Amino acid sequence: MPLDNDYLRYPRRKYGMDHDRYDWSLLTDRRPVQWPGDARLAVWINVGLQFFPLNQRGKPFAVPGGMTMPYPDLRHFSLRDYGNRVGIYRFLDAFDRYGIKPGFAFSAQLAERAPYLLRRIVERGDEILCHGWNMDSLHYGGMDQQEEAELVERSLKRLRELSGQPVTGWISPARNESEHTPELLAANGVRYFCDWVNDDMPYPFHTANGELTAMPLPTELEDAFIVMNNLHSEQSWLEQVCDACDYLLAEANEQGGRILALNIHPWMLGQPHRIGKLEQALEYISSQDGVWMAYPSEILDAWRSAAADSA
Amino acid sequence: MKADPGFYDYWPYENRPRISWPDGARVAFWVAPNIEFYELDPPPNPQRKAWPQPYPALPGYSIRDYGNRVGHMRQMALLEKYGVRGSISLSTALCDHHPEIIRMCAEREWEFFSHGIYNTRYTYGMSEAQEREMIRDSIESIHKHTGQHCAGYLAPALSHSELTLDLFAEVGSELFGDDAGFYTCDLFHDDQPTPINTRSGKAFASIPYSLEMNDTIAYVVNKIEPRRYGQMLKDNFDRLYQEGANSGTVMCIPTHNYQVSCPHRMRAFEEALEYITGHSEVWVTTGRAIARHFIDNHYQQSVADIAARSGVN
Repeated sequence: MPLDNDYLRYPRRKYGMDHDRYDWSLLTDRRPVQWPGDARLAVWINVGLQFFPLNQRGKPFAVPGGMTMPYPDLRHFSLRDYGNRVGIYRFLDAFDRYGIKPGFAFSAQLAERAPYLLRRIVERGDEILCHGWNMDSLHYGGMDQQEEAELVERSLKRLRELSGQPVTGWISPARNESEHTPELLAANGVRYFCDWVNDDMPYPFHTANGELTAMPLPTELEDAFIVMNNLHSEQSWLEQVCDACDYLLAEANEQGGRILALNIHPWMLGQPHRIGKLEQALEYISSQDGVWMAYPSEILDAWRSAAADSA
Repeated sequence: MKADPGFYDYWPYENRPRISWPDGARVAFWVAPNIEFYELDPPPNPQRKAWPQPYPALPGYSIRDYGNRVGHMRQMALLEKYGVRGSISLSTALCDHHPEIIRMCAEREWEFFSHGIYNTRYTYGMSEAQEREMIRDSIESIHKHTGQHCAGYLAPALSHSELTLDLFAEVGSELFGDDAGFYTCDLFHDDQPTPINTRSGKAFASIPYSLEMNDTIAYVVNKIEPRRYGQMLKDNFDRLYQEGANSGTVMCIPTHNYQVSCPHRMRAFEEALEYITGHSEVWVTTGRAIARHFIDNHYQQSVADIAARSGVN
């Protein structure tokens, strides 16, 4: 049976995007952004601090990095836990050595389960983002709207109570969303989120409850994507990060401030055989001229004031 | 269903009539940027799912949008730097969505060829009339927005029917005679252009569009490290350049702005372009120009050679 003729009709075939979430714009058509201190490249190192439950439901899909074996998958459960017990402390040493100002995206449930780790981050004064409730609490199209509303509210409320921070940044588990997620985030005091990987700079994102800012955090440069998904070597991850740093710095000379946003995980790069590559990457990045180490909220504020200046 | 699509006969690579490119070039080199539009909420096709997650499947959608918002300008500047005019495999709905991109490429005299309407609308399940209408729409869109007579085809998301090539050749002729619809990028059986049998009997060629050199196949399917991809491009060129001394070969780099134009992958691509275009005896050209040259100068001798050699001798 042939397809219905509707398959050849294109109701959204018109100027701009095929949805109303954000406006179409070429990056190069936007006004150049000036970072504080005439920096060319804002550097945001983001650490996922994640809790992967052993009793994973996998609804509507098994989260990448989660359990893959029949219950109880002690292998993956404990290997992910390794990052929060051991690897993260290697990260903290490296961050201090190279003057990094990292963001930490917490599964809210991990903040409950590991109060020592949370206090350690809070006392450092680094920025905390919400990474959902846990890695198996996915936001997805078609999920019950009340269930998601409760999930977003609980995750943010609990993380704010425990951390004492305003927590205005959000990363969904697996970077997946429902059709309502942006509205729920805006309604719960989130200013920026990092799920849409379609830009190298922040941009305004429309919701029925007001505007969010989409912040760039490329999946394609993540440790988990390159080393776990693509099975590239640790050395190749380092090369790719350094090449991206070089490229963005050069582009910034022509087009205004750029952002190197690097998402990393202590269960991956915190291993003894990988931590050296992270250190080399941080050493390389921090030794470049024109680099501004910044928290994501600082980058967002600087971008907003640059946009306001040019308005 | 057929065991063999019947588009071409067996034709051994050795001892073919010599192909000579303009100015004695050994390799005809072309870059085919795929400039695509994927829909966030496409209608379902019974034979192929567009996205792995339920709507809104933003991981896949948003990285492809990155290609248009961010990546395109990078690749366009890079190709310009090395004197390459892109041959665009175009989701033709992009003429409506992002006319700025179309205008800039048209100003640079890049070639536009059809890659369907959207890369989320598959040929599977279309009737002959439906597929004909879709192909006609795409060729007319290119003409309306660029004035070009679309010469080439790459089926949307490489989704085909048994009639895809026949229909493309026929619709091209209906609209613009012999000046449209005369080459395809859908077949990967050769490193030289080859004649393709279509039911209209029109002179119609397959132009090598390497799947192996395709950045998305390399990066997404084969998960190759960027610098290794750069080395593969150079190795591919070296061998085709060497063999091109005997008879002209074709090298194509098919690209996607959401892959090759990411900051951590540009260096490998640039090094390969610099290397390839740094050689003499390389014809840096477009898909249309290669197909035209082959059809005008080598088509008849190729058809005759294939016929002469089909009986084993």
